[in-house]
Amino acid sequence: MQHDIVPTPGLTEPGLPGDRSRPAGLRERFPWAFRWEALLAVIVVVIAAGGTAASPEFLTSYNLFNLGLSNGEIAIMALPMTLIIISGEIDLSVASTLGMSSCLLGFLWERHWPMIAIFVVIALVGLAAGAVNGLLVTRLGLPSLAVTIGTLTLYAGVAQILLGPTTVSDFPSTYTNLGVNAVPFTDGAVSYSTLIFAVLAVIFGVVLHVTGVGRSIFAMGAGSEAALFAGIRVKRVKTVLFMVSGLVCAFAGVLYTFRLSTSVANNGVGLELDVVAIVLVGGVSIFGGKGSVIGVVLGVLAFAGIQNALLLTNFNQEASGIVAGGLLLVSVFLPNTAPLWRWCAARYRARLAQIS
Amino acid sequence: MTAEVLRREPPPAPADATSRGLAERVFRIRESGIVVVLALFIAVTAGLQHRFLSASNIQFVLVNTVIFALLALGETMVVVARHVDLSVGSVLGMSAYLSASLFGRHPGIPLPVVFLVGLGIGLGWGIVNGLLVAAGRVPSLVVTLASLYIIRGIDILIVGGSMVTANTLPSAFTDIPKETVLGIPYVAIVVAVVVAAGAYYLRSFRSGRDLYAIGSNPAAAKLAGIPIGRRVFMAFAASGAIAGVAGVLWAAQYGTVDSTAGTGYELTVVTAVVVGGVAIFGGSGSAVGAALGALLLATINSALYVLGISSFWDQAIAGFLLIFAITLDRVISVRLTEALRIRSSRRAA
Repeated sequence: MQHDIVPTPGLTEPGLPGDRSRPAGLRERFPWAFRWEALLAVIVVVIAAGGTAASPEFLTSYNLFNLGLSNGEIAIMALPMTLIIISGEIDLSVASTLGMSSCLLGFLWERHWPMIAIFVVIALVGLAAGAVNGLLVTRLGLPSLAVTIGTLTLYAGVAQILLGPTTVSDFPSTYTNLGVNAVPFTDGAVSYSTLIFAVLAVIFGVVLHVTGVGRSIFAMGAGSEAALFAGIRVKRVKTVLFMVSGLVCAFAGVLYTFRLSTSVANNGVGLELDVVAIVLVGGVSIFGGKGSVIGVVLGVLAFAGIQNALLLTNFNQEASGIVAGGLLLVSVFLPNTAPLWRWCAARYRARLAQIS
Repeated sequence: MTAEVLRREPPPAPADATSRGLAERVFRIRESGIVVVLALFIAVTAGLQHRFLSASNIQFVLVNTVIFALLALGETMVVVARHVDLSVGSVLGMSAYLSASLFGRHPGIPLPVVFLVGLGIGLGWGIVNGLLVAAGRVPSLVVTLASLYIIRGIDILIVGGSMVTANTLPSAFTDIPKETVLGIPYVAIVVAVVVAAGAYYLRSFRSGRDLYAIGSNPAAAKLAGIPIGRRVFMAFAASGAIAGVAGVLWAAQYGTVDSTAGTGYELTVVTAVVVGGVAIFGGSGSAVGAALGALLLATINSALYVLGISSFWDQAIAGFLLIFAITLDRVISVRLTEALRIRSSRRAA
């Protein structure tokens, strides 16, 4: 069996360095062209072209506005998730934190709190929610997958306790206009969610790819122990990452609530899987240590583009998961087949040599 | 229990007997913890509200447990091997719809055939997952996350806007969850036997034990000559097949099946499995514990209802319980390792 070459199932790393089976040339000269991000960019262009061909509405500013608006929160939550997954952990509680923050907003607004005070409380709750995840993972050494499945249920439960069956929707239009108005001077194509995502993407991208903290995140994802010995405060950085995730998701909850101008207990349920899928499509390794914010931004575009193109072509909107899931599978499976092809080629050459 | 281990002087017994005693204790802790919590919960609830122990309520709780206990069996097989199957909810949904719709299309179809169809659908998806994980070498979290979407999407395309309604189902089918033997639902007994058999298989058969070996140390398992790919493939196939059967039971229990059947079940199942003492990174835990985890979740659900507490508390309690379970498990295992280290260093000295 060919897959016996590698010790553990599902633990292969595609594109091993030092691969000499291919003659030197293209790969050495244009290394960026062989990255997943490059292929993903092509996929995004294909999706955009396909969408435009399928429907003349695809590239209208009205459609782009809605596309950005309806995917804004997922995209925003994908940014801290990127950093967390690169650091070798996972946070499945993101959507529940969003829901909890949304319910808190409704709960406190119903009790006539001033909006500023509500924002402060939500920010603190978001930070606390992240800190619970971070401390359980780093101080007790628990697996983040299990911890955040637990807090996913817990925070969604808190959301339900807060609001129960009630719906709060009498938010002032100053805030709910967020879901109606576009950013000025953009021809109505850019929603505030898109703008916020773009700004956050730049910030997260700079932190991850330019700063020392970013390097240390890659280092701890590649090897937690080695990073620790290199003097990186692994536990502290991971705790901060979870807290940032909590804060950003709480903020996404505020956006979500104002966009739909509704606060209801099941806001955001199930979005965590979309967020994880986007990050993985963006080329981030589920085992940590690899990935880029640019890839995730492209992943967001691919994900949102596909959903939107399918919507415009009257494909059953709820079934668009087929395409999203397929994209996710291909994004991880395709790089994995490279060793297989190489193995086949090597075997073919060996047989040729044997014959001659 | 572990504190006692720490305080006790090294016993005069021979070395291997002590370590076996310790190992047995660990094994007992895993299930006894949840049994204690379960007993406590039942005792408190029954003390506050006697209705909780009525025959009809017990029946209700058991029937609710059955589907999750079944799914938890399959999930346990996958999780002990350090993998995860997130597609069970979607597989259950598709199997529930397709099997239940058979009654409308082929009136008079025998029940065993319907169950076999459900099993076949689940097995098919389990094989796809297993192949992608074992031969395609894609991490199981990614594979089953993708197949969760894909299977649900296909299900939605198949179902369209329609649904199976209870009046198209024969009463022999919808009576399956209602039939009782001595007040205990027939299905609960069957599922208990199946879970016990599954636990016995995992614990005592070579291929079952291999899953634990793979989960506790994949590299060592490979060096020990365990056919990792084949075992992991089998675990996914089994998990899929079980989810398929659970889907048929779901249809029998709820009667009305649309494209949302089983949505979100994957996380409840993983919660039940982890609460039941199965380590999320593999290597330990049992199917019995996982089934008890499912029973505990169903009991909490019903206890809140009986006590008149809003069911909105349900999720928060389940989440808290999961965090509590893994924290406790961690604390116990850290203490045990410490105790073992102290003991072995004393023996060396």
